[in-house]
Amino acid sequence: MMLPAAPQIKSFTPRPDLPPPVGAVGAIGWLRTNLFNGGFNSVLTLLCLWLLYKVVPPISNWMILDACWVGGPEMCGQSQGACWAFIWHKLRVLLIGTYPQEQLWRPSLVGVIFVLLTLATVSGRFKTRHLLPAWLFLPVLSFWLIGGGSVGLPVVDQSNWGGLMLSLGLAVVGILVSVPLGILLALGRQSSTGIIKPLCVGIIEPIRGVPLVTILFMASVMIPLFLPADMQINNLLRVQIGIILFSSAYMAEVVRGGLQAIPRGQLDAAKALGLNYWKMTLLIVLPQALRHVLPSLVGRCIALFKDTSLVIIVGLLDLLGMAKAAAQDQEWLGHNAEAYVFCALVYWCICFSMSRYGRSLEKRGAQQTR
Amino acid sequence: MESREVIIHIEGVNKWYDTFHVLKDINLQVYRGERIVVCGPSGSGKSTLIRCINHLETHQKGRIVVDGTELTGKVKGIEKIRSEVGMVFQNFNLFPHMTVLDNLTLAPRWVRHMPRSEAEDLAMQYLERVQIADQAPKYPGQLSGGQQQRVAIARALCMNPTVLLFDEPTSALDPEMIKEVLDVMIELAKENMTMVCVTHEMGFARTVADRIIFMDGGEIVEQNTPEQFFNNPQYDRTKLFLSQILSH
Ligand SMILES: Nc1ncnc2c1ncn2[C@@H]1O[C@H](COP(=O)(O)OP(=O)(O)OP(=O)(O)O)[C@@H](O)[C@H]1O
Ligand SMILES: [Mg+2]
Repeated sequence: MMLPAAPQIKSFTPRPDLPPPVGAVGAIGWLRTNLFNGGFNSVLTLLCLWLLYKVVPPISNWMILDACWVGGPEMCGQSQGACWAFIWHKLRVLLIGTYPQEQLWRPSLVGVIFVLLTLATVSGRFKTRHLLPAWLFLPVLSFWLIGGGSVGLPVVDQSNWGGLMLSLGLAVVGILVSVPLGILLALGRQSSTGIIKPLCVGIIEPIRGVPLVTILFMASVMIPLFLPADMQINNLLRVQIGIILFSSAYMAEVVRGGLQAIPRGQLDAAKALGLNYWKMTLLIVLPQALRHVLPSLVGRCIALFKDTSLVIIVGLLDLLGMAKAAAQDQEWLGHNAEAYVFCALVYWCICFSMSRYGRSLEKRGAQQTR
Repeated sequence: MESREVIIHIEGVNKWYDTFHVLKDINLQVYRGERIVVCGPSGSGKSTLIRCINHLETHQKGRIVVDGTELTGKVKGIEKIRSEVGMVFQNFNLFPHMTVLDNLTLAPRWVRHMPRSEAEDLAMQYLERVQIADQAPKYPGQLSGGQQQRVAIARALCMNPTVLLFDEPTSALDPEMIKEVLDVMIELAKENMTMVCVTHEMGFARTVADRIIFMDGGEIVEQNTPEQFFNNPQYDRTKLFLSQILSH
């Protein structure tokens, strides 16, 4: 028997990949597509150029070309521009407040350790489980070195702590304590059992309902009225606690957003493997939740750092407070602008670095999951 | 069957979501080494039933006993039972922030307190068995659905479970990948693993199952051997279901 000739089967070969079509490239092409695409955008571009022309030269004249970089008050009086000599002269106060000059090495040492630890963290070459203890130990060491009172270090009263040192100290301790505290509050708010949930809501909501200034006043002025005389805790600690409470409430809400983004299947899978609540939370839930909310978490840290400038209203002199005080010096009158511009630059550098570091963390996380 | 040791004993189980009666008076015994396939229309309570077996859902009435442990009411040490009952989900539920290898070693290390190197050897052994050992350092998001589901099966196997529960393990997969997952499940069945599978893969049910359970409206309508179930269904409801599922 003859079968009909089988139709010849064709073989499928995938086509090779081609490069995408080439668009307009080069400098002219870029200008065309980005600045002068259409009449309205061209007008906007020209308007911006005109504004820049009006604004940039005066500012750069004041800040750089006409500025007075060295010398005393009298030289500054003659120049048209900024008087950076004033900042240079006041630098020590701006950085560490009225800390005694002969003990300068102590905050300097802390500063060096802080910078080294920051660099080590940012470099990404060290494991979190090594860095975290170091960061937790830093405040203890700093407190012991700067405060003194043992092994022959003379005591330096807390009223002499100030400037950038105080701002950074409040911020670092604030972040180190309020992030874990915020996580605990957020977890508590999710809990389904008993008293924990109402307790956490009862902490978070009232704190979120009042401005930080109010909390600082409470901490600084009200608490001493209620505590018995022999139980007084010092002003700086009270303010620090106020900042931590305020920040924790916000951190908690940020973290809660991350917790809600975890699919229920993740919890099912973790439970089905036999993990208990804490193992599930630490190994499965938090790593994912925190990665989700990293941008807002970094945002809260930046906000906390900037919020420390509010301590001026309860009589602590941080960087901004010291700048204000320095500008009132009788010898150097009329240098408010320089003081504030300097503060703004310092704040901007630190906040921008934090923001960049947050981005790099996000990228590292994204590489892992995709 | 040589030993008729009961691994899962379900007796008069009822469950409600608020006022909605999901499980109605379920009675079921699963013996060691037995393969059970559970099928039924959507919403009939299949997932709910097998989630009750490892206490991911709690039942309100009746008894569930798994390997000698009562899972009724508030259970002490539920983690112990769960670590002995493996579960594979429709959506794989791998942990996206961990590599495949870490997904597998997680439970042996943190629940069984196995040293890392030992857990990794064990994990590689099971990855080998589901034929994706080369994917160990990747993240779940970089794998195909079929590969992810095989990782999920290997993850459950790493705990050396007495029972494996499957909740529609192939429903989220493209047709081309269903077979690779079913092949792994058939292998497991050959090794006398006790399995409870919710699935609509009737080919799999026919060849692998010792017993098929048909559920509708929160009840077990009918349970039978595959042969009887397909060729000689006892209820009209079963007939209707079979005609619908086999017709396309
Ligand atoms: N958490 C819940 N709350 C309220 N109702 C629920 C909940 N989970 C499931 N149900 C309902 O219970 C019924 C049974 O659900 P179940 O998931 O067990 O069905 P199923 O048989 O697995 O269906 P499918 O084939 O769609 O997976 C459904 O009607 C569903 O709407
Ligand atoms: Mg289901």
